[in-house]
This record gives sequence, structure tokens and C-alpha cells, in this order.
Amino acid sequence: MITLKNIHKSYFTGSNSLHVLKGIDLEINQGEFVSIMGSSGSGKSTLLNLLGILDNYDKGEYHLDGKLIRNMSERNAAKYRNETLGFIFQSFNLISFKNAMENVALPLYYQGVRRKKRNAMALDYLDKLGLKPWAEHMPNELSGGQKQRVAIARALISQPKVILADEPTGALDTQTSYEVMDILKGIHKEGITIIIVTHEHDIAAMTDKIIKLKDGNIGDLIINGDLASFKKNYAKELQTL
Amino acid sequence: MFDIDRWKEIISALKKNRLRSFLTAFGVFWGIFMLIIMAGAGRGFENGMFEGIGQVAQNSFFMWTNPTSEPYKGLRRGRRWSFDNEDVAFIKNHIPEADIVSPRIFAGGGGGNNTIRDDRAASFYIKGDYPEWNDIDPAEVLMGRWLNEVDIMQRRKVCVVGDQVINELFDPEEDPIGEYLKVNGVYYQVVGVVDPISNINMNGRSEESIFIPFSTMQVAYNYGNDVHVLGVTAKPGYSAAMVEEKVIAALKQRHKIAPTDVQAVAHINLEKQFKQFSALFDGIRILTWIVGLGTLLAGVIGVSNIMLVIVRERTQEIGVMRAIGATPRKVIGQIMLESVFLTAVAGYIGLVLGILILEGLNYVLEMAKANGSTEIFISNPSIDLTVAIACLAVLVVSGAIAGYIPAKRAVRIKPIDALRAE
Repeated sequence: MITLKNIHKSYFTGSNSLHVLKGIDLEINQGEFVSIMGSSGSGKSTLLNLLGILDNYDKGEYHLDGKLIRNMSERNAAKYRNETLGFIFQSFNLISFKNAMENVALPLYYQGVRRKKRNAMALDYLDKLGLKPWAEHMPNELSGGQKQRVAIARALISQPKVILADEPTGALDTQTSYEVMDILKGIHKEGITIIIVTHEHDIAAMTDKIIKLKDGNIGDLIINGDLASFKKNYAKELQTL
Repeated sequence: MFDIDRWKEIISALKKNRLRSFLTAFGVFWGIFMLIIMAGAGRGFENGMFEGIGQVAQNSFFMWTNPTSEPYKGLRRGRRWSFDNEDVAFIKNHIPEADIVSPRIFAGGGGGNNTIRDDRAASFYIKGDYPEWNDIDPAEVLMGRWLNEVDIMQRRKVCVVGDQVINELFDPEEDPIGEYLKVNGVYYQVVGVVDPISNINMNGRSEESIFIPFSTMQVAYNYGNDVHVLGVTAKPGYSAAMVEEKVIAALKQRHKIAPTDVQAVAHINLEKQFKQFSALFDGIRILTWIVGLGTLLAGVIGVSNIMLVIVRERTQEIGVMRAIGATPRKVIGQIMLESVFLTAVAGYIGLVLGILILEGLNYVLEMAKANGSTEIFISNPSIDLTVAIACLAVLVVSGAIAGYIPAKRAVRIKPIDALRAE
């Protein structure tokens, strides 16, 4: 589904350049549930932005769903984002003057789906996430967990192949975080590839595969079976702190 | 364009900061409002001016005599002279480009009462005219008739009076036709009442004038062969200025006046005056548009400015929109539509209000005119439909331009930066 080959990315601020990604090689198959971890500055957000076609890379190759993504025009990028990818953000990023249903329906609006149809579909998705009674509520009338669920519904409505989540639980308390993760797990069971960026070990431990970034390289790749040992290491890390 | 979501977004974006939206819109409103008012007022002055000139033949010129300013052929300077009846015949016969040639003699206006009817007396301007005068400076005949050829031939003692004369010498319900007026000791029968259309007023206000046949006046008051004023029009296709030059040259030759004497023949050329007026009003119109469009431009810049602020405030929102699939075109379209909407609505209100005020002013002027005010120099201040439509077009275009720069900036922001901006 996703193939990265020797991806490099630098940021330039004035005369300084910051080499963030230093040759990432990565393969994520369809239906995987992956988390990206790393200390701040390790390049995890940058990687997610590249995956989401929100940013360009300098060197290497990125194949998404079999297609090379490189130097895309904004228009094509928008189309790809809309059709292949779903985004979930830490701060939810709902449009404040649209109610829950309209927020969920927004990606379909950009696809040109008629208002009636897209609102009906939005209601369906809200129903799936248990938010139907709140469909007419504005974002500021919803709790954090509800907002994130609306955002998830919005990510799902365009039936994407990949869902990218940037710290989806970053702004939520533990219990709500677990609820959200349960929802994501459910989505994963339907066969959608999910990639989340997180710095919380317990959240990462719920995924099938953890990619640990270190100084712009992949430091560690912990796969399903090894999660038990990851948890052990994680506990050790906590002790040393 | 007719998409509920789009309009919802526009309205909510503008509602978010009502005062700012209002102030921004006010800039545009004021620009177009001023433009309309100024253009309308300019038009009003123009209409008023040309209405005042009325039906006066625009290709006419008038001449009268002054003492000579140069010695010539043994004659001293400062010599007093006068046109005479032979001049009229000469111009008619020898200058084919001249169309109407109408001589006039005038008297009065000097204070003392010169007109008496029974126990009433007043002072009026007395003018001895040919019927043709009315073709140069037409007056509306309210009652009776204007002077005619027979009056001239038979030297009838009849008169046509301006409407002010009736007001002063007759009771309101009295019929003046057939009544007699004693003018400078001679009785004349009133045969007509006229109301001047123009306010050109050669030799005194026409409303306060008594017109008697030219031939009668020459004889009755011992003017001999003298002519005080010559009114001449150029034949169609000829320039009044050219005819005027020819006529004056001929008159100078006939009266032994130096060709270089610029003072002896005084003259006023309406064609020239008309051209000057036209140029004046062209100037006013250009000034109006420069000032109006300048004000409008300031308003449009205000809109552009506010759109920049709105874009900055909504950076995150725009980032989200783009992350979930809004194309740059959609974003640009949205912002430009917002800007066009703001300018168009504000401009439209300014347009309508401006036109309403002009209409109101027009109504007041009409009322004043109906109540007999004659000193109104502004008439029918209005603005063409085409101008109004052009204004709206300018608004929409300028709104689009005002929105384009901020929209471009909104799209230049990378979605990722937009999402981070909190």
C-alpha cells in the first residue's frame, strides 16, 4: 500500500538547513495498523505529512497505492488526499461554523456529491460512531471525545484506503483515548490501513507495528509478536526516567 | 456559485466580525455613494445650465456698438456710432451665410417708472423687435400672439409683454389682451403675453420686458435709423464664429471703423459660449469620475485588506479544508466570492441610496419649480442606467481583484503550516 524508498527531507529556514529525514525505507501493507513513535524532532510529524501528501520530499520515492507520488500539482494532491486518505488531527480541526453532520459531509462536498446525499451519508457515519443525536450540534457544543469521533467520521466518509492520524489522542484523557483507539481498531478490522503518530507508549502498544524514529532514521521496528518485549522495554524506560 | 454551503460560509465569515465587515463595506458604500451623488449633481448643473439657455439658437451671435478705439480715415478715436437699417439689409443681401438677421432697439431699465396703466405704474425694459427675434431666442406665448410682419409694416402701436408685466399691472383674474399700456407717453394695445424659455436675457430680463414692433419704436421715440442690437444666426452648416467675423468686417467697413478696432463692435457668440460650457461640464464630469473612482479604490483596498486579515484568521480552517480535499481553485473561489459579495452588496446599497437621494432632490426641485422659483440653476440631477450598471460592474471586478490577492496568499500557505498555525 505504502512504499518509501530512501526518503530525504530537509527544512530550510533562512541560511540554516535542517536535515529531518535521512533516508527512510519503509513498507506498509494494506490493512496494517501502524504507529510511528519517536522523540520530538525525530521527524515523525514530517513523515506523516509526506505520507499525507501535505508536504514534498527532496529525494527518494514514495508509492501510494501503487502510484508514485512526487511533485504533484496542488490539484492532484487535493484529489488524492480526498479519495485515498483520511486525516485525523490532534486538535480535531473541525470547522467551527458547521454542525457535526456538515463537518462529516465536507469531504463529499469537495467530491461534488449532492447536499442531500452527502448529509444522509454523514448521518450514517455519525450513527456508526454513536453520535447521531449530536448531528445538529456545533463543534463547540461537543466534548473532546465527541469532537474526535466526528473527525473520525469525517475521515471515514470518503472511504479512504489509508487513515493518517496525528496524535489522535493527544488532547484527550486516558479513558477517552482508549475509546477512540477502540474505534480505530474497529475501522482497522474493516480492512483500512491506519497509521498513527503518537508519543504515548500505551497507545502505540495497541497497534500491530511500531516504527520508532530516531534522528531521521528508523531506529526500531517492533512487529506484532514482539510487542510483549516492547512493553517490557517500555517499562524499563519508565524506570530509568 | 449557488451553493448553500458556500453562502453559509460567506455569511458566517462576515458575521464573525460584524463591526469589521460593516466598516469595510462602508468604505465601498461611501465610494459608490459619492460617485453617484457627484455624477448626479454634475449632471444636474449641466441640465440646469442648458435648460437655462433653453431654445436659443446655438449658432447665433449678438452685436452692439461701442465708441471706436482707434482713429481711422481721418475720424477721431472715441467716436460714437450706431448700426442702422441699411446694415440689416446689407447683411441680408451680401452675406449669404447669415440666416436670420433681426435688429433691436431698447430703452428703459433705468429706474423711473416708464409704463403706466390707470393708477399703476412700473419700470420695464422696452424692446423694439422684429418677429424673427423669436426664432433666435424663443419665448413661449402664454396668451394672444407674438409680433408679426403686419405690425412692422403698419407701425402698429401694439405690444407683447413678459409675464412679470402682467403680474404688476393687472389683477390676477384680469384678461390683459386688448388692454392699453402707456409706455413713455405712447399708448400700446397688449396683443400677447410671453414667458421666456431661456434666461439669456439680452438687454434686461425678458419677463420684465415690453416688446413693441421695431418700426413703431424707431418712429415713436425718435431713434431715426438707429439699430442698437443685431441678432444673427448662421445658416445650417456654417460656423457662427466664421459668419460673425464676416459680418463684423462688413459693418466696420460700412461705418469707417479701423479693421483692427476690437472694441467698436461688441459681440457675444453663443456657439462659443456653448462650447465653453460643454468643455466646463466635460471637466466636471472627468473630475467627478476621478474623485469618485479614487474614493471607490480606497474602499476596495479596504476590502482587500480585510480579506487578508480574514485569510490569516482562517489559516487553520483553510488548511483543514485542503487536507480533506479542497482544491486550491475551490479555496480561491471561496475567498473571491466572499470579497465580491461584500463589495457588491455594499456597493449596491450605496448605488440605491445615492439614486434615492438624487430622486428626492429632484422631487424637491420640481416642487420648488412648480411653486414658481425661477432662480434654480440645477435641474433633473440623475444618473444614466448605463452609468449605474457600469458602476456595479466596476464593483464586482474590483471585489474580485480585492479578493484575489488574499486568496492567492491563502493557497500559497502549505496545508501543513496551516494546520500547525494555532
